[in-house]
Amino acid sequence: MSRSFDLLLVGVMLLNFLVLGTSRIRVCIQAAALQGVLLGLLPLLVHRSFDWRTGLVAAGTLAVKGLVIPSLLLKAMRDVQIRREVEPHLGFVASLFLGGIGTGLALLFAGGLPLAPEHDGSLVVPASLATLLAGFLVLTTRRKAITQVVGYLLLENGVFVFGLLLLEAMPFLVEVGVLLDLFVAVFIMGIVLDHIRAEFSSLDTERLAELKE
Amino acid sequence: MSPAPPVEAALLLAAIALSLASGLPTLVRRDSEGAARLGALLAVGAGLAALAAAILGLAGRTGTVVDAAWPLPFGRLVLAVDPLSAAFLVPVSVVFPLASVYGLGYERGGANAAARRRTIRLFSGALAASIVVVTVARDGVVFLLAWEAMALSAFFLVTVEHEEAGIRRAGWTYLATTHVGTLALVAMVLLLRQRGGGLAWLPLPEGPAGTDAAILLLALVGFGAKAGLAPLHFWLPGAHAGAPSHVSALLSAVMLKTGLYGILRVSGLLPHVPVPLAALVLLAGAVTALLGVALAAGQADVKRVLAYSSVENVGIVAMGIGLALSGRAAGRPEWVLLGVAAAVFHTWVHALFKAALFLGAGSVVHATGTRAVDRLGGLLRRMPATGTAFVAGAAAAAVLPPFGGFAAEWLLYAGLLRAFLDPAHGLLLAPVGVATLALAGALAVTAFVRLAGTVLLGEPRSAAAERAHESPRTMTAPAILAAAAAAAAGLALPFLAPALERVASSWGGGSEARLVPTLAEAAALGPLTALLSSLAACVLVAALLVALAFRRRVIAGRPTWDCGYAAPSATMQYTARSFSTWVAERLAPPLLGVRTSPGRPSGLFPARVGFDSSTPEPVGERLLEPALSRAADRLGRLRRFQHGRLSSYLVVPVATLVVLLLWNALRAFWRLP
Repeated sequence: MSRSFDLLLVGVMLLNFLVLGTSRIRVCIQAAALQGVLLGLLPLLVHRSFDWRTGLVAAGTLAVKGLVIPSLLLKAMRDVQIRREVEPHLGFVASLFLGGIGTGLALLFAGGLPLAPEHDGSLVVPASLATLLAGFLVLTTRRKAITQVVGYLLLENGVFVFGLLLLEAMPFLVEVGVLLDLFVAVFIMGIVLDHIRAEFSSLDTERLAELKE
Repeated sequence: MSPAPPVEAALLLAAIALSLASGLPTLVRRDSEGAARLGALLAVGAGLAALAAAILGLAGRTGTVVDAAWPLPFGRLVLAVDPLSAAFLVPVSVVFPLASVYGLGYERGGANAAARRRTIRLFSGALAASIVVVTVARDGVVFLLAWEAMALSAFFLVTVEHEEAGIRRAGWTYLATTHVGTLALVAMVLLLRQRGGGLAWLPLPEGPAGTDAAILLLALVGFGAKAGLAPLHFWLPGAHAGAPSHVSALLSAVMLKTGLYGILRVSGLLPHVPVPLAALVLLAGAVTALLGVALAAGQADVKRVLAYSSVENVGIVAMGIGLALSGRAAGRPEWVLLGVAAAVFHTWVHALFKAALFLGAGSVVHATGTRAVDRLGGLLRRMPATGTAFVAGAAAAAVLPPFGGFAAEWLLYAGLLRAFLDPAHGLLLAPVGVATLALAGALAVTAFVRLAGTVLLGEPRSAAAERAHESPRTMTAPAILAAAAAAAAGLALPFLAPALERVASSWGGGSEARLVPTLAEAAALGPLTALLSSLAACVLVAALLVALAFRRRVIAGRPTWDCGYAAPSATMQYTARSFSTWVAERLAPPLLGVRTSPGRPSGLFPARVGFDSSTPEPVGERLLEPALSRAADRLGRLRRFQHGRLSSYLVVPVATLVVLLLWNALRAFWRLP
């Protein structure tokens, strides 16, 4: 774990704030895409030496999180003609504030964790928790399905960062995680968005309450 | 364990691969008859390979087939054959090809036939492959994965005809039950790991008796749910009656046995068997046998009769296992030998005759379109080949000599009587077992005379039964083959005895190798064979004489029950219910019996009245369902929390997470413990 590694993690955390603070959906998606690219670079820095399995994980992450899912989201955004998240449940300033508190808590919490010596002092755990919390915040406070998918992506990214701790010990689990991302991409985009649009001719998830029994 | 001979390994892997492949041709070309034939051919190949592997294993050529690391972070891929595995490979290797060939005729016709055939082929191939893996897996994780694959394939097979609400319901009940069982098995695998230090299934060293008892209890719950040991049998009649008939044959004759295999396998790993648990297995077997046969005698649905008969037979096999466990607990190799031999041989014979019965019943259902016993009748004349196979299967199920069922129970009787008469310290439960076996045998005769008599003899009770026609040869041949094998199995017992001895001595990882007597001595196979072969000879000679006597004569076709009535009608015949009244209403306790709602005629000019009778499943429909629906009513208030707002649902985990983080951070900050 080097300085450049931590620097990338700081970038990941800053992008969380960008997603929390903006009302433009395009910016949200682009921020998530950039975060995906950063995550794709991280596995390469865990290992000093390059081996093909890590390379595959990195390439898969980059492609899925950085390219495939964001481009699908952008396409969906163009299709349904939505540009802005209006009237979120929680205002943008308040979201930013809560995100800041969450990041602080994550830093505090990680300080008290009994980690393996080689991970001590690195930003992996706080960055992972902060991203998780930001993802949750977006999921709970936004109305549009597309923004909620972005929130879900942030959540996934948080889990992925945590998985980096395991990359050396259990590469298999991390690889399965990447595959799961691919599945989620297809699932969410293909099925959920299409169905919501077909049934309700709107992507406002508030209307989903009509499905309640 | 030493590596198995390469032939054995190749045969086993070929059986797994061919089973899986047998579903593919119809997956690619669903409307092609040729694809279906290719699939059946692959299934026959898989069956032959598995049978060869089983015979090699029973002949003592055993060992590890595969032992390799795999990418999962836990367990290893370990497959091995020993005589016990080989013994339980036999049912799948025989019934799977028979059912596949039978399907060529059975799966034709009806709406959605091609789509249904695709599902049946794909998942019965997966079922057969996973059953093979279950019997040879020697690692906890491999076993659980194969077990789950088996349970899920069976679910898709049960719900093939999911257009009917009743079948969907039976499918969900099955799925819930099997997963509760799997939960117990996961706990069992973890306990085994804790006890032995690894996931590999090797004989355990001496250890705490409490853990061993817990392992055996969990195995009984988990495997008992799959095998259908009472009171965990309630899913079975619905699932087996609702599936297509050749699938029912596969489920009933093969899949149930994996539960019994599991009990034998896991109890074989333990160094000691607690006496109370051995007695529990014996008692559970006895209760299951009686319950199953008493319910079989009252059912109105042909396939439900057969399903309950499977419950009975599972109970009888469990009694054999209970006897073997008691033998290990008390240190009596003779009981172990007879118990294991009875359990394994009964498993084989049951697989054969239950396959014959389900395939025969399938032809009947296919020809008449109904499963109701009281709408059939007179089918032996209309479907001679199917009828003959059905009668032979029923005779074997009714424990009549010289058929295989009799020889299997002979072994169990011999074991129980020897256990009772043991000079040192007899098994107190043995007389209970003997009495149960005798009573179950008598009730089985009633149940199957009722079934075969009502369905095959007399006059048709409905227009559909009157128009019935014989099935194509692809459907009659497998049924006849299975019935003939079930009939001949009793005579083959002396030749199979060495294999059964090998199974018994391998059970328990070779630590029970001090088996003194041979099976032939212990079970008096000499007199048995003399009895069976003379009876078989008598039957054959009588059949020959009858055939000779009637060769030249013209047989006039008259309706049955034509004796002196001016205008006999089919409704004047005895009904199935009237035949079994004494069992289902007088003898059985009210919980098991028939529930009737007679409308009583009244007044001088009574109006039309109806009469309705049903035999609900005692555990599932009479106990569990009312309790569960009451619980659902009580818990209805919780519905308030299902308001449908996604973001509010998500707030709950976020709030929990934040509170936990805060708590942890503050604890670290104030240096609290």
